[in-house]
Amino acid sequence: MPPAPTPPAPTPPAPSPPAELSPTSPVAIYSGSFGVREAERLLWRAGFGPSPGHAEALAAMGLRRAVASLTRPSGAATLTGAAPTDEDGTPLAPADLWGHDHLWWLDRMVRTDQPLVERMTLVWHDWFATSNDGVGQQQLMLDQNELFRRSAFSSFEQLVHDVTQDPAMIVWLNLSENTRWSPNENYAREVMELFTLGADRGAYTEQDVRQLARALTGFDFDWSDELGMQNFRYVPTRHDNGNKTVFGQTGAWTWEQGVAMCVHHSMHPSFFVQKLWSYFIPTAPSAGDRQALESLYVSSGHQVRPVLEAILLHPDLHAGPRMVKPPVVLVAGLLRALQRSIDGEYWIWYSESAGQRLFFPPDVSGWDDSRWLDTSTVRGRFELVSRALTGRVLEGDEVDDYDETETPEQAVAAARAWSHDPNLSAETVTSLTSFAAAALAGAGGWQLSTYRGLRQNALRHLILASPDYQTS
Amino acid sequence: MPNCGCNDYSRTQVLRRAAAEAGRGLPAIEPGMPMPAGTGLTRRSFVSRATGLALSVYGAASLGPKAFEAGIAAAAAQAPSERVLVSIFLSGGADSLTMLAPTSAHPQYAANRPTLALPNGQGVPLTEDSSLRWHPSFAGLAELYGEGKVSVMPAIGYDGANQSHFTSRHYWEVGETNPFGRWGWLGRFLDQHGVADNPLQGLALGWDLQPVLAARDVPIATVAEPDNYDFWTPGVWGSVQDKMLDAFGDLGELSTSDAGLGQARAAVAATGRLRDQLAPYQDGFTSPAGVTYPGGNFAGRLRALAAMLDGGLPLRLVAIESGGYDTHSGQAGSLPGDLLEIGNSLRSFQRDLEARGLQDRVLVHVWSEFGRRPDENGSGTDHGAAGAGFVIGSQARGEMVGEFPGLATLDDDDNLRNTSDFRGVYCALLEQWLGVDAGPIIPNASSFARPALVAA
Repeated sequence: MPPAPTPPAPTPPAPSPPAELSPTSPVAIYSGSFGVREAERLLWRAGFGPSPGHAEALAAMGLRRAVASLTRPSGAATLTGAAPTDEDGTPLAPADLWGHDHLWWLDRMVRTDQPLVERMTLVWHDWFATSNDGVGQQQLMLDQNELFRRSAFSSFEQLVHDVTQDPAMIVWLNLSENTRWSPNENYAREVMELFTLGADRGAYTEQDVRQLARALTGFDFDWSDELGMQNFRYVPTRHDNGNKTVFGQTGAWTWEQGVAMCVHHSMHPSFFVQKLWSYFIPTAPSAGDRQALESLYVSSGHQVRPVLEAILLHPDLHAGPRMVKPPVVLVAGLLRALQRSIDGEYWIWYSESAGQRLFFPPDVSGWDDSRWLDTSTVRGRFELVSRALTGRVLEGDEVDDYDETETPEQAVAAARAWSHDPNLSAETVTSLTSFAAAALAGAGGWQLSTYRGLRQNALRHLILASPDYQTS
Repeated sequence: MPNCGCNDYSRTQVLRRAAAEAGRGLPAIEPGMPMPAGTGLTRRSFVSRATGLALSVYGAASLGPKAFEAGIAAAAAQAPSERVLVSIFLSGGADSLTMLAPTSAHPQYAANRPTLALPNGQGVPLTEDSSLRWHPSFAGLAELYGEGKVSVMPAIGYDGANQSHFTSRHYWEVGETNPFGRWGWLGRFLDQHGVADNPLQGLALGWDLQPVLAARDVPIATVAEPDNYDFWTPGVWGSVQDKMLDAFGDLGELSTSDAGLGQARAAVAATGRLRDQLAPYQDGFTSPAGVTYPGGNFAGRLRALAAMLDGGLPLRLVAIESGGYDTHSGQAGSLPGDLLEIGNSLRSFQRDLEARGLQDRVLVHVWSEFGRRPDENGSGTDHGAAGAGFVIGSQARGEMVGEFPGLATLDDDDNLRNTSDFRGVYCALLEQWLGVDAGPIIPNASSFARPALVAA
């Protein structure tokens, strides 16, 4: 038998390039005007929308420096603003209290000065979707979250390697039950189907699933009544040392070799590029662009940052159609825009009713980004705007003494300014203006002031709940 | 220890490509369409709110065309006689060899399932095949079977079974073994036989849209709690609030060539319409005397469904998903409880329909993306091929579809062989229950044998 080929060891993460280096791209770079509207979209796609003044600051940098400011942050993130609490003002206990994991991460999204790091953490959470519904130990979920955060821009090969031995993943996809005596195929299937290669592309067979499962045998952990699951480790005696044939290559593959073979599979780069692209741009890349990005990905040693920068510079992001904001992106963005902090557990419920509870993706494939919106989640979005506006609406004399001469056009302009001028289509502005006129139809006497005050509250709400604001 | 994490599928890759089309889901409503005539809908249950909005608030100053009211009213006028199909998806791959446990007539069963086998002597044998037993936790369904109201498919699937949740579920949803199919088979029915203005014609009860209902051209709806579909507007009340909520729906009616914005607008428009349709139910549902449901979301949704049907809402196709069937580990701890909940809930729903006199209008189809492998893996079972399916209702024919293939000969992957094809069942449901030609809806429809599913 010929010696078995040895897959390369995982590449270490590349050091961050100096911030002054301008990102480049092997594919087209957007060359149109990069103003406040373009910066606003970039901040929503690659973060959680602008905090007041952020889009203007980005626009002043120009596109390349704006992208570099997102993809090449220096040092640790700074969280500005009030620290998160529950309704009683008590600090969060993310590892221990139900739902505080969600609040803890949502707060980082709201207050960070490195939004793309958090956004990429969210991308990996969706890509390697793990649910505490199956793990049942919040600290393990938080540990995995930290893995995703430190892997935001670095080596994807290293990330897959680290994810495979991540305790939350070991529990979630039954790796600890995958032993040489009794193989469990769960992780072996999903690492190929969902993490590295994709289904229905001819990349692997059912036989590969079973053989890779054997290579992945050996993980274990201990149970402690005090500490729960702990001491996650690889136990050689649980590992199947026999030869396995994976992707036509036979050898006594270890788990490290098994996952590396997935990343070095010839069909992995196309899977990676298309999947990463799809988080930022709703239309598919051209075949030429996709191939150029695949080459960039491979030549960089499976690094994330170069491909990500090329995507963020691409004309399809800046000039293409709008994209629906994921629910937690909307929530974090609303709080950033309104300069609100997390001050209660209610944001757990509002996020969930809009369709996204962090640390609880619906299944291992993550959230379905093509179906965020239906009649249930649209109501959820409307209601979370209600909650975000609570305490920020005009009340009492502000309503009753409202300027009774305000025209519909002035009312709409005032509401747009109050909500930091989000990008609304012309027809939406026209429709809002029609509502502003109708809201006063038939009003007289005291209603002339009061209804104008209510109208202003309604317009702010309608702007933030509008289809326009649900997209970027 | 939790079961597993791989319950479900990822259609993200395929369906992201469909996002653009989804954005065109709602056709523009033409200005000047007539307001509803006094169609057959009871004013108590539905029209009251719409009438109030249309007449006392808006009148000639109407902000947007309300043509959907005509569509809803027209559909509701038909509803009392229209047949309803309820699609219930047991997601994750439900273990058919637990639901319908083989007896010792299949000696391989004990060897396949050293820890999970149902002990000899337990479970009620099926009258049509005494080598299969209803699992004791599935007694609710067994009771309906005893009344001739359940057609059992002991080994349904398709040749070349795909063992990915992602792919197999998708095949069942689109009604063909095509990974690139974009619309649900029930959505295609609605595209051809539904209407442009009634989101309730295809209703997913739950937090997520059900892909079986995904339609290219007509609106459908999702609602988790039909009796809680009000909208909270801080700092806005009275007539301004009424107009504001209507203006919200109007923002969805605007047309655009941008696919992403169009997707958001279509969803907002459907939301505005659904709000009007569900207005009369915001005080809750009541069940007939003597009808009780188990606890839990699944039962609650069936309970709401019976009440909405009784209230005359124009429902045609309803989809409900119930998960937790991906039992890679700890199967003995979780599966019996899940089957108990499903079986008893379905029995309660049938009793509810009977008490309301609706039992001849409703047929329930229960399915899962695959069954599980006969050989257990320790404490659970891995993905398999053929599985069990059921058609339930007073109008169900109650005859077994395909025989149990036994465990002596399995397929190339050591999984159960299929003896009926899901596409044949779809064709039969379309033709025998919904009364339409399956040809334009199910690809290659003519190549599938139709089992007799509906009472003669």
